[in-house]
Amino acid sequence: MTELVNLHISEALDLLNKKEISSVELTKAHLSEMEKARFLNAYITETPERALADAEASDKRRANGDSLGALDGIPIANKDLYCTAGIRTTAASKMLSHFVPPYESTVTQKLKDAGTVMLGKVNTDQFAMGGSTMTSYFGVTKNPWTDEKGEYSLVPGGSSGGSAAAVSAGLCMGATGSDTGGSIRQPASFCGITGIKPTYGRCSRYGIVAFASSLDQAGPMARSVKDCALMLREMAGADGHDSTVAELPVPDFTAALTGDIRGKKIGIPKEYRPDGLNAEVARVWDKGIQLLQDAGAEIVDISLPHTKYALPVYYIVACAEASSNLSRYDGVRYTERVSGHTLDEMYENTRTDGFGPEVIRRILLGTFVLSAGFYDAYYTRAQRVRRLIYEDFKKAFETVDAIVVPAAPTPALSYEAMKNMSPVDTYLGDVFTTPSSLAGVPSLSLPVGLSNTGLPIGLQIIGKHFDENTVFQVGDVLEKAAGFNLMPHRVKG
Amino acid sequence: MYTIHGKTGDWELVIGLEVHCQILSKSKVFSGASAEFGAEQNTHVSFIDAGFPGMLPKVNEKCIEQCVKTGFGLNAKINKYSRFDRKNYFYADLPQGYQISQLYHPIVGEGYIEVTTDEGTRRIGVERLHLEQDAGKSIHDMVPGKSLIDLNRCGVGLMEIVSKPDMHSPAEAGEYLRQLRAIVRALGTCDGNMDEGSMRCDVNVSVRKVGETTLRPRTEVKNVNSVRFVMQAVEFEANRQIDIYENGGTCQQETRLFDSVNVETRPMRSKENANDYRYFPDPDLLPVILTDEYIENIRQNLPELPEAKKKRYVEELGLTPYDASILTADHETSDYFETAIRGQDAKKVANWVMGDLFAYLNKSAKTISESPIKAEDLGALVGLIQDGTISGKIAKEVFEIMAETGKAPAVIVEEKGLKQVSDTGAIEALIADILSANMDKVAEIKAGKDKLKGWLVGQIMKASQGKVNPALANQLLNKKLEEV
Amino acid sequence: MSFNEQTIKTIANLARLKFPKEDEAKFMADIDSILNWVEQLKGVDVTGIEPLVSVSPRENAIRSDVVTEGNIQSELMANAPESVQGFYEVPRMVE
Repeated sequence: MTELVNLHISEALDLLNKKEISSVELTKAHLSEMEKARFLNAYITETPERALADAEASDKRRANGDSLGALDGIPIANKDLYCTAGIRTTAASKMLSHFVPPYESTVTQKLKDAGTVMLGKVNTDQFAMGGSTMTSYFGVTKNPWTDEKGEYSLVPGGSSGGSAAAVSAGLCMGATGSDTGGSIRQPASFCGITGIKPTYGRCSRYGIVAFASSLDQAGPMARSVKDCALMLREMAGADGHDSTVAELPVPDFTAALTGDIRGKKIGIPKEYRPDGLNAEVARVWDKGIQLLQDAGAEIVDISLPHTKYALPVYYIVACAEASSNLSRYDGVRYTERVSGHTLDEMYENTRTDGFGPEVIRRILLGTFVLSAGFYDAYYTRAQRVRRLIYEDFKKAFETVDAIVVPAAPTPALSYEAMKNMSPVDTYLGDVFTTPSSLAGVPSLSLPVGLSNTGLPIGLQIIGKHFDENTVFQVGDVLEKAAGFNLMPHRVKG
Repeated sequence: MYTIHGKTGDWELVIGLEVHCQILSKSKVFSGASAEFGAEQNTHVSFIDAGFPGMLPKVNEKCIEQCVKTGFGLNAKINKYSRFDRKNYFYADLPQGYQISQLYHPIVGEGYIEVTTDEGTRRIGVERLHLEQDAGKSIHDMVPGKSLIDLNRCGVGLMEIVSKPDMHSPAEAGEYLRQLRAIVRALGTCDGNMDEGSMRCDVNVSVRKVGETTLRPRTEVKNVNSVRFVMQAVEFEANRQIDIYENGGTCQQETRLFDSVNVETRPMRSKENANDYRYFPDPDLLPVILTDEYIENIRQNLPELPEAKKKRYVEELGLTPYDASILTADHETSDYFETAIRGQDAKKVANWVMGDLFAYLNKSAKTISESPIKAEDLGALVGLIQDGTISGKIAKEVFEIMAETGKAPAVIVEEKGLKQVSDTGAIEALIADILSANMDKVAEIKAGKDKLKGWLVGQIMKASQGKVNPALANQLLNKKLEEV
Repeated sequence: MSFNEQTIKTIANLARLKFPKEDEAKFMADIDSILNWVEQLKGVDVTGIEPLVSVSPRENAIRSDVVTEGNIQSELMANAPESVQGFYEVPRMVE
């Protein structure tokens, strides 16, 4: 059992149920791996005591034959955007660097109720704004995959970069992520793992630090489609606290993993293949299409004509909502405060000090697009184009069961490359993920191939609203066909 | 029409009111914290109200219902589709940094309130009613250099009711507010208590020369929190603006505060930048869709509204419209009145309520619900006059005792022996005594000085301490005089 | 669209942010370039298209009028940077 940290959740559950391993062993293996891999800076806050207590309680339940949760004894990490009662929740910001919530988010509570063991809180871009974890107040997370020289010079993607890196490096078996415009799917692709942004309204947003309320969705990140299906089932479902959550039953998503997609219609939108598409990404995409065809799916060329507008629409809508959502961080009730002679001065000092540059940029942009004289030209127009994007998907799904596209325009980039990029250039990294965010449709990202330099490249499987079943079903077939079972080099310790 | 006569001619007033009514509900509009007034600071507060990270609002169904009810009270269109918007601004009593309100799609659309003043009855248009959340409270005088924040009120449901600029006199503005208060009280959607701030009023005033068709810039006077203050604020503000115009100046749109001590308005400290509230649809909340069935169900279960009540008082009870509007001004008064008239002459009871009772309550600074005279007892008092048990004059005396002791009138009449004497034998004997003591006056009457009869009746009443039925005394006196 | 010095001052003030000169210039340039980039939306024909506000499948998410929360003054105050006697304390707001 030297490789406990390489297990999938589904495998570990088998071993736990057969009592071949204990949750304490599993947890300790992860805690020790976390210690060795601290230089990756995946975790903002480690909670080893809580983890061991959770694990012992789980082992006791198993030993006593008590009723067990669906994920009983599985060590996981939570993105530090999820409020966890009594455990510091920072949103990777200076603003909330000492904030200890007195309440638990619905999703983490559900995972707790499912018997999981919490190892700690993982890094993210500040307030989930970014695609690299470089905006985190707690420093960047390193991608466990190394560059050609074997150096840890690559970003894990973001904003759920801490989650992706931790899952990829064996620092947890699965992690919560959150996705507003690609924040689960892009880091999953960069780190060679699997993650799903479920349908908007599938998971409760209660207790998750809000970025853009009409787009934010919780989702799982893990090392297989099945693991994601297992986790999502526990995370999803109606919640009296969040008006936007669907009151639909949550299916057993693993039941959809039939391995048979014969006759399924898979749409390939031409707009995702612009001139200059990264050749390696294109190659992996083509490979994925071929694998699905080989598995008996029918490949259909489709058009999502407003795709190219998704990115600017996304930045207007998300920043507008963020500018309002982040107004509550004002130094009065729970954040850090930087004093001032007047109330306004205190606000300005607190907010300018507590927010990093990317957050400030987005607040400024969002404030501007909502301001008098510009609201219609920017915000309302963006909302109208958002409807066109939504209709594009609706129309496509009249003829296809799922859509397959790349998850990110490139493999993981280096810090050096990203440091010198303009804001607009970094936003372009979300080009393939924002359309499905705006439409609210479920979208799974899974690794399908490697770049020429040996870095993972992921594809997205997009489905109809609340049809995660098909997404998982197609993803599972593609995963098996691609045979991607690589993990980054284990950290020497 | 009401006008103000200035140096340069006659001016008319254009007045609109924005009234915030706190909704009567157990819990707040978007959280499960108590909406009750008067608790210890920051105890009726949830993490939602305090704007903690990740907290989400959820609409209280009672608040929706109260808005729809009030909409009916305003004869207004109930909007089957409404939605919430965020009004963004920073203030210490606004934890989220935005107020959840309804700018684009309010729950209630256009309606009207009928307002009766000396100039007659007019319909004052209501522009809209929308649902929003209240802010917290700031206390400025407890710690030097600091303000203290209490969020108990933060998140309590508010109905903002915006009138059209349809009012033209201080009296009309005052009466509109009085009527609005009567409506929400009758419906039980707001307690209308302006002292505790559960009903708050901002007044928009502009003036223009009689005959002008366009509007001049208006001022918004904030926090004018009584009917009287509204009338005073309108009057002051109109005169102030007229003075400016007549001295060659111009007015600009501005926000002012009402100072009820000095009865004047003052400019608010001007903010460096005009507010830009950046309203946009709240993505945390979903549209409110009302079905016909839901709306109809509320309509059918409405209590009688002041307007309908007024009409009934005029048509069925024969009261004048003026009396009817006074008696329906609030539901405490109309409840009292309706209890008092059971089995009694409504018009006579109305006179007692609006005369002696109101005078007494006014003098002793009591509200009608604090009246020591119970409604049943006032009715019974009128009954005693009607059936001849006591005279109207004695009734006034009995009323005083009722007010002092809270006793029933019949008990007082019995205890004090105030019953009218209707025993003809006893009265005849009394008359005989008086006539024999005043034979000179009798002679004068016989000689044609009829006026002296009244004097004799007075003597009879005096001798009987007012207990003799005056009509009977008159009749018996005439009979005796003929016999003499 | 030109996001100029006056605009950034106004917008920063609305958002209660305040920067030293060099930061202001940097943010101004950033926002200006982002706005130039989003200009492409002007090319979309949106005639007759209703703005899309929410992709949630629900409407009428309401709760019953029951008191379920409150009485957490001490927890609230424990989180506050400055408080006195159960009140939040802020610099004096002059009226």
